[in-house]
Amino acid sequence: MKVSVDEDKCCGAGSCVLAAPDVFDQRDEDGVVVLLDPEPAEHLHAAVREAADVCPAAAILLGDRA
Amino acid sequence: MALGDTDHVLDYPIPSPAALEPPAEWAELRQGCPVAHVRLPSGDRASLLTRYDDVKQVLSDPRFTRNLDAPDAARISANESGGVFNSGLGNALPEEYHQQWRRMVGKWFTAKRMTALRPGIEAMAERLIDEMVADGAPADLKSALGFPLPVWVICDMLGVPESDRDKFAYWSNTLLSLTRYTQAEIDAAQAEFAAYMSAHIAATRADPGDDLISELIAAAVDAGHVMPDEALLATSQGLLVAGHETTANMIGKMVGMLLADRTRWEALLADPTLVRTAVEEALRADANPGFGIPRYITEDAEVGGAVIPRGTTVVCNLAAANRDEHAFADADGLDLARTPNAHLAFGAGAHSCLGQSLARTELQAVLDVLLRRLPTLELAVPATGLARVDGLVVGGLQELPVRW
Repeated sequence: MKVSVDEDKCCGAGSCVLAAPDVFDQRDEDGVVVLLDPEPAEHLHAAVREAADVCPAAAILLGDRA
Repeated sequence: MALGDTDHVLDYPIPSPAALEPPAEWAELRQGCPVAHVRLPSGDRASLLTRYDDVKQVLSDPRFTRNLDAPDAARISANESGGVFNSGLGNALPEEYHQQWRRMVGKWFTAKRMTALRPGIEAMAERLIDEMVADGAPADLKSALGFPLPVWVICDMLGVPESDRDKFAYWSNTLLSLTRYTQAEIDAAQAEFAAYMSAHIAATRADPGDDLISELIAAAVDAGHVMPDEALLATSQGLLVAGHETTANMIGKMVGMLLADRTRWEALLADPTLVRTAVEEALRADANPGFGIPRYITEDAEVGGAVIPRGTTVVCNLAAANRDEHAFADADGLDLARTPNAHLAFGAGAHSCLGQSLARTELQAVLDVLLRRLPTLELAVPATGLARVDGLVVGGLQELPVRW
């Protein structure tokens, strides 16, 4: 799984951090998403998919590339 | 006339027969009339959207603007000012400033900051529950816990002292009225709030603390400009209006839904790790969140296979979208473990609720504390005896009678 984020689209809701705190964080100064791990381990995939699904701004993109 | 007829105009909001259940018309509209003609409380016409995909699309599409003060945009309410949606402070910031403003305030609502706020919120909930228990059962959980908690949290964030919390609760209630208060009462509340906050902002400039107002002032200074009082006032009012009644009512509705079928409460007692997903499911299933989100379009656009002409005011019914069977399996059921749960209770797109992580934190904290402190909690009336609040932008229950 390959994860990318679109900082311009990000609305800082923080739902990704709640769903997958090992993969996503937010910048302290404005709440914009920080991608901690663009290629998360398998046991995190379900949480990352949830984060992408619930992102209100559709700012998280998932690819299959290993 | 059938709902699908194009000349048929429904009055909106559509009344519901039961406090916690949706009106039957929503499912019919999703099925047969996804872009429905409705008459708003003002008498003006709008187009109502009820399908998940359509609502999500419109909320994420910047062509659907928040410029409800356009000359041909529908007015929402019968009040002269049109209530909060038509008020000056509710008006749209230009998009290029909106993101700037949002990111400046956004640092106050990060998931990390919410985690830090949580012990304080739980302590407030404990204190309110102590008082409720001391007064004895039965109690109204809405007035004892749901209503005060979010206003305490907001007052703390703004640096407002405890002694002024009641005033904030009144202003918030009045400013969100669609029909319950007179125009004179709304104007008076608006003026009192502005006067109070102007004095509070001046005092904060002179003697900054660690609150949101102080930080916004300091952040502007760091960036080489002065944060105008109007921007601080608008931000404060936005937080109060957006963050008080919404969360206050949601606490009541959430606990109401969980107790209406007490097997739900028991499932949470047996497995408190379900609290996070249960809160999301309560948000999704909330059949009475209020008016919905209006948008105004300045060019023709296609939604759900139909062309919506420019000049149309569209109303997105979030709760109807959240019960769309095409988006959620068993959409009318309550699945406390539902994952993922991409509901639209906080909207979607660039304007989705700024305070959603705060709302989630408050709801989770309240539920955690209630389960721990009052495991025997139950409704003190049959669920059919619960009644809705009418005449407000935000929907809720009149009261939530409970015992333990």
